[in-house]
Amino acid sequence: MSSGVAVDLENITIRFGDFTAVKDANVNINGGDFFSFLGPSGCGKTTILRAVSGFLDPSEGRVLIGGKDMAGIGPNKRPTALIFQNLALFPLMKVWENIAFSMEVAGASAGERRKRADELLDMIALGGQGDKLPSELSGGQKQRVAIARALCANPDVLLLDEPLSALDLKLRQHMRTELREIQKRVGITFIYITHDQGEALTMSDNVAVMKAGVIEQIDTGHHIYDDPSTPFVASFVGENNVFRGKVKSINGANAVISTNRSGDLLSRITPAQVGKMQVGDDAMMFIRPEALELAPTDAASETTITANVMNEEFEGNSFSVFLEGDGGKMIKMSVPNLGQDHISARGENLSLRYDASNAVAMPAGELASE
Amino acid sequence: MKKPMIFSQFFKNNGAVMGSALIGLVAFWLIFLIILPQLSMLDYSFRYNLPPAEVGGPKDVYTLSNYEHLIYGSDSSHQTYNTVDLKVFMRTILAAMLVTIFNIFLCYPLAYFLGQSKGSGFVRLLVVLLIIPYWINEILRAFALRIIFGDSGLLNEALMFLHLTSAPIDFIRQDIALYAGLGYAYILLMLFPMYNVIESLDRNQIEAARDMGASWLHIHRRIVIPYAKPGIVSGATMVFMLSAGALAAPQILGGPSSLWFTQLVYQWFNDSLNWQQGAAYAIVLLVSTIVIVLTVMRVFKVNMGDIGK
Ligand SMILES: Nc1ncnc2c1ncn2[C@@H]1O[C@H](COP(=O)(O)OP(=O)(O)OP(=O)(O)O)[C@@H](O)[C@H]1O
Ligand SMILES: [Mg+2]
Repeated sequence: MSSGVAVDLENITIRFGDFTAVKDANVNINGGDFFSFLGPSGCGKTTILRAVSGFLDPSEGRVLIGGKDMAGIGPNKRPTALIFQNLALFPLMKVWENIAFSMEVAGASAGERRKRADELLDMIALGGQGDKLPSELSGGQKQRVAIARALCANPDVLLLDEPLSALDLKLRQHMRTELREIQKRVGITFIYITHDQGEALTMSDNVAVMKAGVIEQIDTGHHIYDDPSTPFVASFVGENNVFRGKVKSINGANAVISTNRSGDLLSRITPAQVGKMQVGDDAMMFIRPEALELAPTDAASETTITANVMNEEFEGNSFSVFLEGDGGKMIKMSVPNLGQDHISARGENLSLRYDASNAVAMPAGELASE
Repeated sequence: MKKPMIFSQFFKNNGAVMGSALIGLVAFWLIFLIILPQLSMLDYSFRYNLPPAEVGGPKDVYTLSNYEHLIYGSDSSHQTYNTVDLKVFMRTILAAMLVTIFNIFLCYPLAYFLGQSKGSGFVRLLVVLLIIPYWINEILRAFALRIIFGDSGLLNEALMFLHLTSAPIDFIRQDIALYAGLGYAYILLMLFPMYNVIESLDRNQIEAARDMGASWLHIHRRIVIPYAKPGIVSGATMVFMLSAGALAAPQILGGPSSLWFTQLVYQWFNDSLNWQQGAAYAIVLLVSTIVIVLTVMRVFKVNMGDIGK
């Protein structure tokens, strides 16, 4: 198992005419990592991937693969293999010819190609299906053929552009695990693009969250979820309740936010912002639905929120309770289903509590629009 | 099994009245405009050229003599061959093939360029510019080419101005004008089917191949050409058939000594008033071109169905 090849993006800016698709991106991807770019549609993910694979040159900055500057090196000369959003299998070639295409280009004999293709077909659990045409395969099978075709070239870096987006939910979840396993087995660097945060969080060693061409945060999935460094990341990744207000006091890594509608609330300051927030600043505080619970009568007021119930939904494994929130947005609380009939009644005034360690505060900023 | 299903679906989509009307129109077109005239030509080709009084009389019987004339000429003992007409026939077929091949090589890069830079306004303008000359009558276009290729035509003037040649080149006598005219006459019929298939080729496939290290040559050989094959063959079929059957271009642009087979047919019908003989010649041309097209399709493994796409 190889240790993998590192990919570094140094101050990459990519412009199309007047439009800046990617702004000053700095990313260091360790060799052998599963690295994801996560962001809403049109934020520049594919553009970054095309710069790594060599289909377009960054307007500024450098792409380094294994420490080597890739400027002037075409896509056919880079040690990368790209899996396209729509897979782009060759419809007129048999499955095995598709898989061994990179060897055909290199001039390998038909026997060699067939042998390697069969090995890869076994690896993706499609043994014996090499003589079919791509159109005779199911969506998930095509998916795996595209992966095998990319791996056949023995790339140092595999680039995947939302390869699972066309699959249905069940298959997508299955393919996530499978992709992760393939990555561990071959040990090469995977750069994965998705707008599905579940995908990014389950599979990746590290995730870069992008917003309109700017990388907002690069971190492990855990940190992205628990310690978002901007309101965009907090609201884009997973569900989150936002409370707007001003910083009332700061005590080390904790702050009291005087919120617009729920009084003074105690929160942790997100690690990236510790020491950077001032009393009186506009702030946002985020609490996840699963971090809220019904408050006992003696709960401390600085970690208690009171609000009227608007609605309740039964989700199977949990109940979602929606309460009247700040600025037209509803507060969502998620309560595990432990056999209750219901949690609340419409219009009821509920008190909710949370652990201050489960709340994160940061300077106010733009939220992800849903 | 498949046919009745197609028909019932057809009637479901169009309704009984509209469906019958459509089928009736297609049947009328096929029977009265294509099958019956061709059948009567076929019938003509097997009859003697008799004075009107004897038509339908005892002498009006079927014969192969019109076909024999193409092979043996007027020599009834079948000792010598009709080399003049046979040569014209071979030359027509070969030249039509050459024109077709030339058009394939000319149109492929153009179709690729047009098809893959889809959407841009510039490309649409180019396509329109290509079409506009075809609003002009075929005969006018041929005469225009004759002016360009003439002794004191544009081309010779230009060549002499550039001192590439000292005396005018006789493009007409050398048949260069004829081939250029034939190539030009039907080039759009080659370009558009090619352009249509190449336009529908997913760009990602080309990029994927490039990503896997393929050279441009390899990409065209393995990805683009196989994909474009139905378009190429359908274009080639039309250009070949129409060039072999062309009349205006050979009449106007052909050299004085070189005849096109269609000109022979025309002479039989029009000058010699021997429709029977003309029909036989026309049928030989038709059948030969069909056989050639079917053979080529067989060799390149293209189905009739692919061409209709
Ligand atoms: N060739 C191009 N010319 C001009 N603008 C472009 C070009 N390619 C991309 N863009 C613009 O750059 C922005 C980013 O595009 P990109 O394809 O990288 O988005 P993405 O994050 O991959 O989105 P999605 O999730 O929808 O695939 C978009 O606003 C797009 O319109
Ligand atoms: Mg994209």
